[in-house]
Amino acid sequence: MGKYVLKRLLALIPTILIIVFVVYFIMELTPSDPGTLILGQNASAEAIAAKNAELGYNDPFFVRYFKYILNLCKGDLGVSWTNNKPVFDLVMARFPVTIILAAGATLIGVVFGVLLGVLAAVKQYSGWDIAGTSLAMILASFPAFWIGMMLIILFSLKLGWLPSYGTDSFKSYILPWFTTACGFVASQLRMTRTSMLECIRMDYIRTARAKGQKERIVIYRHALRNALLPVITIMGMNFGAMLGGTVTVETVFTLNGVGTLLLASIRSKDIPVVVGAIVIIAVCYTLVMLVVDIAYAFIDPQIKARYLKK
Amino acid sequence: MAKELNGRAPDAGTPLLEVKDLEVVYKTDENVIHAVNGISFSLNERETIGLVGETGAGKSTTALSILRLLPERTGHITNGEILFRGENLLKKNPAEIRLVRGAEISIIFQDPMTALNPVLTVGSQVRESLEIHNYDNKSHEELDARVDELFNLVGIPADRKKEYPHQFSGGMKQRIVIAIALACQPQLLIADEPTTALDVTIQAQVLMLMEELKKKLGTSMIMITHDLGVVAETCDKVAVMYAGEIVEYGSLKDIFSGEKHHPYTVGLFQAIPNLDVKTDRLQPIDGLMPDPAALPPGCKFSPRCPHCTEQCRSGIPSLYENEGHRIFCNLYAERE
Repeated sequence: MGKYVLKRLLALIPTILIIVFVVYFIMELTPSDPGTLILGQNASAEAIAAKNAELGYNDPFFVRYFKYILNLCKGDLGVSWTNNKPVFDLVMARFPVTIILAAGATLIGVVFGVLLGVLAAVKQYSGWDIAGTSLAMILASFPAFWIGMMLIILFSLKLGWLPSYGTDSFKSYILPWFTTACGFVASQLRMTRTSMLECIRMDYIRTARAKGQKERIVIYRHALRNALLPVITIMGMNFGAMLGGTVTVETVFTLNGVGTLLLASIRSKDIPVVVGAIVIIAVCYTLVMLVVDIAYAFIDPQIKARYLKK
Repeated sequence: MAKELNGRAPDAGTPLLEVKDLEVVYKTDENVIHAVNGISFSLNERETIGLVGETGAGKSTTALSILRLLPERTGHITNGEILFRGENLLKKNPAEIRLVRGAEISIIFQDPMTALNPVLTVGSQVRESLEIHNYDNKSHEELDARVDELFNLVGIPADRKKEYPHQFSGGMKQRIVIAIALACQPQLLIADEPTTALDVTIQAQVLMLMEELKKKLGTSMIMITHDLGVVAETCDKVAVMYAGEIVEYGSLKDIFSGEKHHPYTVGLFQAIPNLDVKTDRLQPIDGLMPDPAALPPGCKFSPRCPHCTEQCRSGIPSLYENEGHRIFCNLYAERE
């Protein structure tokens, strides 16, 4: 198992090299002028040229790429061109907000999605099933910014129960969590339902019933555990996707997350911040996926056996 | 032994299981499938009855009906009674039937590869049966000891109980399924084609194991199979099923060496190879089983029967009975 994890961690290295290359390359395709960005519009042309030279911006693409990788190995993500702060600090200042948002929304998505999904599957074609699948469709169809605004109107404006912006307290996260979770609940519900429907038709479920086991235990002990693999995959994907930040939710609720930072940096062509943020997000995403894969092993002994062999 | 445990010995003469006029249909949106059409049979203590017939004859449906394990939405028992020690199983509520399942009546399913839960250890799956019906509050250690005992009983080293189903071969899985079924010493064991999914040598091993355990534990058994060889080895009584009906019913001797037979039984016997008689080809029964959604009006076997008459096509076949040997066929009807 440890060997498997180590292998996966080593695989991070080529992943990061490729990601940095792609991001660097895309940014290269659009013209930028770090000298002007740093010194401002009023600086003289000589000063700007000198600054560009100092930053190594006149070097060929590959030279800059390798220099960046070299610095990355030292743990140095560079300095922002717009405000001269270290990229790592800039991203990390934003990251907790994003993590809290992602974790809360994923948790809500899993709890509601799995519960409603199991209910819909166990009572297939019943009112529960129709209500559940309809809910999933509705939640998936409404855009997050609209749901966010409606929630603000209802809970902040009309009822005055919850704050509509900021990150001061637990309370201020509630609306963003539920706004983001809508799509998650929808995807988890559909996935759980499909996966459960498959599992409750299996022979081993009949074996469990033939033992005289209670229906509730048949569902939760025998069926759900087998149905969890795709559910966990979706969970990991939702959480991972959230790490990049959601610009809409962050904007609607004025949260200082990674999404808005990334967007602002792309707009101002602040390449070190863009690349740095993406590298950090990519590493986190890969780690999340590794956790998902390890979770598989704990659910399915056959997968565990396969990991142990490697 | 199970009888003493439960302390409810049936009166002598009352059969352990009595199935009367059982009718089962599967309803789908498109049509109604008549899977079992009014079958009756009975089984005494320590007896084994064989349900024989082709795929789709309603054998498994009968088995599932006894434990009320038919698919909830589609399978419906429309008529009949299933009396187990005089109590009608069809009248029991879900909580009551759960007390019967696994404890008094157990079932071994056809395919051992899928009958075990892949994410639970085999030991915990055997143990589960014991835990569900642990009425005299046995301790953890006692249950563990019983699990070990069961593993030994079916010939699997007890230290393998921590392993998962994928670590076992098909034959061993079926042994575990048997251990699960026998865990609570049921009085009736239903074996639904227990050896069909196994290869021939393993089939013999599993059958021998079942025979041995049946004798040891004094269990009655319903052996569902399409293999007449298995029937000859294990059964006391035989019911030959065709299109949801029992066409012939009698003791093993009646079926295997009796003089009169239903034409379908004759067909079945002609379709198995005989070592003593040299034949170039086996003789199959012409035609196919009728579509259970559109059964023929008269005798269900009439479209394939070599002795079919006009009377067979329209009316219900008459019953020939001779000392418990019953044949539903006009062939032996007393001419009036």
